[in-house]
Amino acid sequence: MIETRPKGFVTSPAQDERRRGGEKKPDGDDRLGLVGDAEGECEGDTKANTPDVPPSADNTPEYLNKALEGLSSRWRNWWIRGILSLTMISGFFLIIYLGPVMLIIVVMSVQIKCFQEIITIGYRVYHSYELPWFRTLSWYFLICVNYFFYGETVADYFGALVQREEPLQFLVRYHRFISFALYLAGFCMFVLSLVKKHYRLQFYMFAWTHVTLLIVVTQSHLVIQNLFEGMIWFIVPISIVICNDIMAYLFGFFFGRTPLIKLSPKKTWEGFIGGFFSTVVFSFIFAYLLSQYQYFVCPVEYNSETNRFAVECQPPDLFIQQEYTLPAVVENTIGQKTVHLYPFQIHSVALSSFASLIGPFGGFFASGFKRAFKIKDFADTIPGHGGIMDRFDCQYLMATFTHVYIASFIRGPNPSKVLQQLLVLQPEQQLSIFNTLRSHLRERGILPPAVLEAQ
Amino acid sequence: MAHLMGCCHGEESGGHLMLPRFRPGLRCGGLFLFKGSETEGRADRDGASDTEGKQDVPEVPVPADDTPEVLNKALSGLSSRWKNWWVRGILTLAMISFFFFIIYLGPMVLMMIVLCVQIKCFHEIITIGYSVYHSYHLPWFRTLSWYFLLCVNYFFYGETVTDYFFTLVQREEPLRILSKYHRFISFALYLTGFCMFVLSLVKKHYRLQFYMFGWTHVTLLIIVTQSHLIIHNLFEGMIWFIVPISCVICNDIMAYMFGFFFGRTPLIKLSPKKTWEGFIGGFFATILFGILLSYVMAGYRYFVCPVEFNNDSNSFTVYCEPSELFQLQYYVLPSVLQSTTVRLYPFQIHSIALSSFASIMGPFGGFFASGFKRAFKIKDFANTIPGHGGIMDRFDCQYLMATFVNVYIASFIRGPNPSKVIQQLLALRLDQQLHIFNSLKAHLIEKGLLPAVEEAA
Repeated sequence: MIETRPKGFVTSPAQDERRRGGEKKPDGDDRLGLVGDAEGECEGDTKANTPDVPPSADNTPEYLNKALEGLSSRWRNWWIRGILSLTMISGFFLIIYLGPVMLIIVVMSVQIKCFQEIITIGYRVYHSYELPWFRTLSWYFLICVNYFFYGETVADYFGALVQREEPLQFLVRYHRFISFALYLAGFCMFVLSLVKKHYRLQFYMFAWTHVTLLIVVTQSHLVIQNLFEGMIWFIVPISIVICNDIMAYLFGFFFGRTPLIKLSPKKTWEGFIGGFFSTVVFSFIFAYLLSQYQYFVCPVEYNSETNRFAVECQPPDLFIQQEYTLPAVVENTIGQKTVHLYPFQIHSVALSSFASLIGPFGGFFASGFKRAFKIKDFADTIPGHGGIMDRFDCQYLMATFTHVYIASFIRGPNPSKVLQQLLVLQPEQQLSIFNTLRSHLRERGILPPAVLEAQ
Repeated sequence: MAHLMGCCHGEESGGHLMLPRFRPGLRCGGLFLFKGSETEGRADRDGASDTEGKQDVPEVPVPADDTPEVLNKALSGLSSRWKNWWVRGILTLAMISFFFFIIYLGPMVLMMIVLCVQIKCFHEIITIGYSVYHSYHLPWFRTLSWYFLLCVNYFFYGETVTDYFFTLVQREEPLRILSKYHRFISFALYLTGFCMFVLSLVKKHYRLQFYMFGWTHVTLLIIVTQSHLIIHNLFEGMIWFIVPISCVICNDIMAYMFGFFFGRTPLIKLSPKKTWEGFIGGFFATILFGILLSYVMAGYRYFVCPVEFNNDSNSFTVYCEPSELFQLQYYVLPSVLQSTTVRLYPFQIHSIALSSFASIMGPFGGFFASGFKRAFKIKDFANTIPGHGGIMDRFDCQYLMATFVNVYIASFIRGPNPSKVIQQLLALRLDQQLHIFNSLKAHLIEKGLLPAVEEAA
């Protein structure tokens, strides 16, 4: 019953071969072991309830088909995947070039597409197409949660703009209340829409929607917050995950021997370890390259005069080269005592370790999910790769980790947000805080001591 | 729990509860007796709760009567209808007295009670999930669910503790480290649980395991976040904890009474025992009750002052100058009511908003829980309280209320918490602090709070 491709399409030999699960050979389609579920492998209910998935259609664009029709099917798949990968990576660089606004819009679109993919799977699993309210309600909840999160972000980063415009001020001040009221309206609509024979389905879809929102929306907002810290915090983690994918695939392809986990039989320990080391090296070099440009390194700020985003600043300490003394053993081999590194490169080692070691668990989770619901890919959006969610499953954990990492180790609270909160307090509270701050700064020697001040 | 296991097993064969004679207080005597009087909507007549084909649904064995012996003896003389009424009534009074007792014991005990209620509700809902999905034989799952509960609680308590116990935390070195890296530690703990889940996936049970994972997370989202909102409300002042809960209880009882005596028009198909008369009567009665209760409570500092942690005595204190909200002020009534002036606490106006929410939206929480119980073909969440069901049965309306109160306070009553702002200030870099200091000084001078004599800075 779970079909991800429309019926009635002619299948190509490549697709059939994929479907029948060529498990032994390293398939071009299956570089990360996410596919290849022979019938007996994915089992959540009894066999009797699960109809076979009909062979899927081939939706590779026509021109690609023509261009590659000479090659054998195995290499043809390899080429399709390769071309699409290069296309996606170039697309990624293009939107980086286009700037922060574009990036935010792209993140938003990806989020909506991922949400749609997962919700569609839920509909198919639960046959809930005939419940008309549900699509409306799911999209409504998506809008509510996005409104809530964007409101929290906007209030922080667009402080000056908000202070200027009166309706915006009202919206920001009562933001939580408005978001809650909107959510409650959706909740009440859900309760009123409960239909006698479909209670359980409706509750399942309600929970499904909420878990999807939790996963997809919160993390896309963490991605945007990382972006505002500086585009390097957006680019480097995503590139690291992509690199780990590709490197693990290549190492597995050439050297793979020992299976890693039963859940994804095509992943191997050689791929895993090779991917780990090459990703660390890649991130080290990539961080070095990017740290030199202000465009990547400076926090994104909204300039109220020009009404645009600006990335101009004095680079923070993190992005200024410093000298590190090498340990003696390395010193002997290289012959240099000290090395110039950006501190950010050290942090990038931490990020890439996470991406290589824990990132794959996100992939396993998505694999398990697809096997549990007997689907091959989340959707059909990208030829050769599946849906958007297929490409982004490892990214979500990474985005959360980067955000937590920044919050814990890199920066403290946001000064403009603190100032904004200060200005909202009661005058007596402001005065007491002012006095506390003044004595604190005097203690630190930043302010001259209070000798001749008229109180 | 025994009857719960007996009655709901499996997705296809939910326990369908027929007229259970021994659920005190509700079903006996049929629909006509309790029409309009059912405040919980737990009536599940035959056709009312049905999601799969009838042939899949086995008959549920009649549940055991678990009223305590003492009550049974005392009421042995009465007919069964009045016996149920009495059992429910006695338990209600017992619960209300217990509520007042723990208020008397203070904020610390209240926090512990909230924590216990949270754990019990979580346990009830997870148990239902296990019964629905037969996942008892997946040994990791109980461990993982409790582990996630621990993680999320750790995260939330850490956020709360850092705010309210700021000075204590700064003093103790290990606590300071824990609070500085709090988010990272919580995330690492959560990730460990996530990886354990992935590693525990068993070939034939993927779907079940994903369902339980989703079930656990939604339960955490509902229960844990809102119990922490309750604790936040409590720290604002115990009145923000007591009045909302009392309004919901009052609405329950009043709607029941009005429905019992005057009930005629059904309210919603989901809960056939609720009536419009009960709903509207409950609404007005609750508003009145809210106004009176806030009048009584707003006079006492014990209820009105924010709960603070006193570093020296290492205990919670409620001692302060009552804020404007709790000082009597004069209000002029509109001319239709003879244009007199009355002395009211501003808080009483807010209590009208709170009780309106409790009466209008609170029942939706109850309908949601009703729908949930019908969907999974269970009669009550558990058997903890005789006559009433489980803890979750009593608290289903409270959760929406707690969230509303928290949002209400954040939007309309108070601004940011000053101690939190100081804490953030002191964590900034020194040049940022200087910049903020100058901005703040300019702002205060502009407002006339600081003399305009400039110092050399």
